[in-house]
Amino acid sequence: MRNSAFNILRQGLTGNRGWPRTWRDRTPNRRYDVVIVGGGGHGLATAYYLARRHGLRNIAVLEKGHIGGGNVGRNTTVIRSNYLLPPNTQFYEHSMQLWEGLSQELNYNVMFSQRGQIVTAHSEDQLDSFAHRANVMRANGIEAEILDRAQLRRVLPYLDWSDRQRFPIWGAILQRRAGTARHDAVAWGYARAADRLGVDIIENCEVTGIRLEAGRVTGLDTTRGEIAADRVGLTVAGHTTQLCHMAGITDLPIESHVLQAFVTEPVKPLVHHVVAYGADHFYISQSDKGGLVFGGSLDGYNSFASRGNLGIVREVAEAAIALMPCIAPLRLLRHWGGIMDMTPDASPIISRTPVEGLYLNGGWCYGGFKATPASGVCFAHLLATGEDHPLAAGYRLDRFRTGHLIDEAGAGPFAWLQ
Amino acid sequence: MLRIPCPCCGPRDHDEFRYGGDASVPRPAPDDPDPEAWHAYVYRRQNPKGAHREYWQHVLGCRQWLVVERDTVSHRIGSVVMAREWQA
Ligand SMILES: Cc1cc2nc3c(=O)[nH]c(=O)nc-3n(C[C@H](O)[C@H](O)[C@H](O)COP(=O)(O)OP(=O)(O)OC[C@H]3O[C@@H](n4cnc5c(N)ncnc54)[C@H](O)[C@@H]3O)c2cc1C
Ligand SMILES: [Zn+2]
Repeated sequence: MRNSAFNILRQGLTGNRGWPRTWRDRTPNRRYDVVIVGGGGHGLATAYYLARRHGLRNIAVLEKGHIGGGNVGRNTTVIRSNYLLPPNTQFYEHSMQLWEGLSQELNYNVMFSQRGQIVTAHSEDQLDSFAHRANVMRANGIEAEILDRAQLRRVLPYLDWSDRQRFPIWGAILQRRAGTARHDAVAWGYARAADRLGVDIIENCEVTGIRLEAGRVTGLDTTRGEIAADRVGLTVAGHTTQLCHMAGITDLPIESHVLQAFVTEPVKPLVHHVVAYGADHFYISQSDKGGLVFGGSLDGYNSFASRGNLGIVREVAEAAIALMPCIAPLRLLRHWGGIMDMTPDASPIISRTPVEGLYLNGGWCYGGFKATPASGVCFAHLLATGEDHPLAAGYRLDRFRTGHLIDEAGAGPFAWLQ
Repeated sequence: MLRIPCPCCGPRDHDEFRYGGDASVPRPAPDDPDPEAWHAYVYRRQNPKGAHREYWQHVLGCRQWLVVERDTVSHRIGSVVMAREWQA
């Protein structure tokens, strides 16, 4: 059943009892042309674009838990395209354009809200570097604005404008098209759209081994039996290295780290944008329910535990109050963690691997939600054609050997090596 | 909070320490001309889910570099030795 005004009205009048399952509950077949491991945003988007743009039909997505249980359901949903270095600038802008049409394309409301993202500057030099960034963006056809202190004060009156500030606010960079989306809806929307194109979405199916013959992938061992596959795409976020180990690839430039996020009790509308603090690690937005959703730094040491450390709770709260003293009385409702695959240059990997038929999409550090649509497009292109998508040619695994790193730590995720 | 038993100072909260990453990666000799060895040292990581040997420096204490064995899932801490006494 399509989501339409008519169907919503009809279902509303009949107690909402007639909606079908969002995607079918499949038992795995014995063999697929392409198997995607990991049913997060990137895996589901890849499966969708493989079916939609490349006409492949015999595709499965294997998810060890439930759809939406990984980072796609744990992140703080900031979407922006204010990157400085190629290919990031063009890749993330392409993703932004896909976001702008995504609800229509999937026939599923992903609640993309272009409320604007503001990063505060705390010195003249920092504001200069933001002007440089804004110029690079504009030269690439991406809008960006620089606000001075007085202009910013009119937009964000609730920041600490007093002269007690150790690093007073000088201004900001603003991207108006940036914003947030509803994380679960992104997973569910891609899952539903892929399912309708015949993709088998198989939950509670953990991959435990990768079968190889003469250096080529032939299939997978899973908790729901053996599955043969011509091509396998890995989209397992924080578990990239674990899956690669199963194929004998033990030397990836990736470490897994935990990142936390926080939400306060709900309050009336206060934060109308995504606001990031340029003097420390802290960023914030307000959910539709009214909770202030915010995050900060990684815990800072290798971790596969999806729970965070109290030291970071304190650090992030300190940064929050330094920028926005008015939120100090609020109570935290929840905090949680997600495991991310961090690369040394803080940029992702979309690449073939030394094993024939095995492809890798990972290393998204803590910025991969915004990339979901473009990552799906580029990875589907690689899986279907065997060729790098032009937008993602810079994300190959061999860049660490050839020295073509994309050191974007200034705007993107911060690897602990920063 | 992790609690690291420093051989000099006794058990201390981990925020007195600075993390130094995987200790099991061998550092090539300073005059090693082989780019492969340097590539492996700088980039390649095992990233184990489980026991991990890692460097921590007790910056707000004795300032010694330590090699700590920690489980990356449970955060349980095993042996802690002085880095200078440890062989990879
Ligand atoms: C707290 C936090 C805040 C973040 N904030 C932002 C943000 O504001 N903006 C932004 O752009 N990005 C953000 N990110 C990053 C973003 O969430 C991730 O980069 C992105 O979601 C990763 O891709 P994914 O959705 O495919 O991952 P996931 O949803 O984690 O999908 C991977 C899936 O693989 C499955 N899997 C693992 N092992 C196996 C196996 N053996 N067999 C089968 N399945 C397996 C997992 O169960 C999981 O469901 C944040 C991350 C965190 C943790
Ligand atoms: Zn000590």
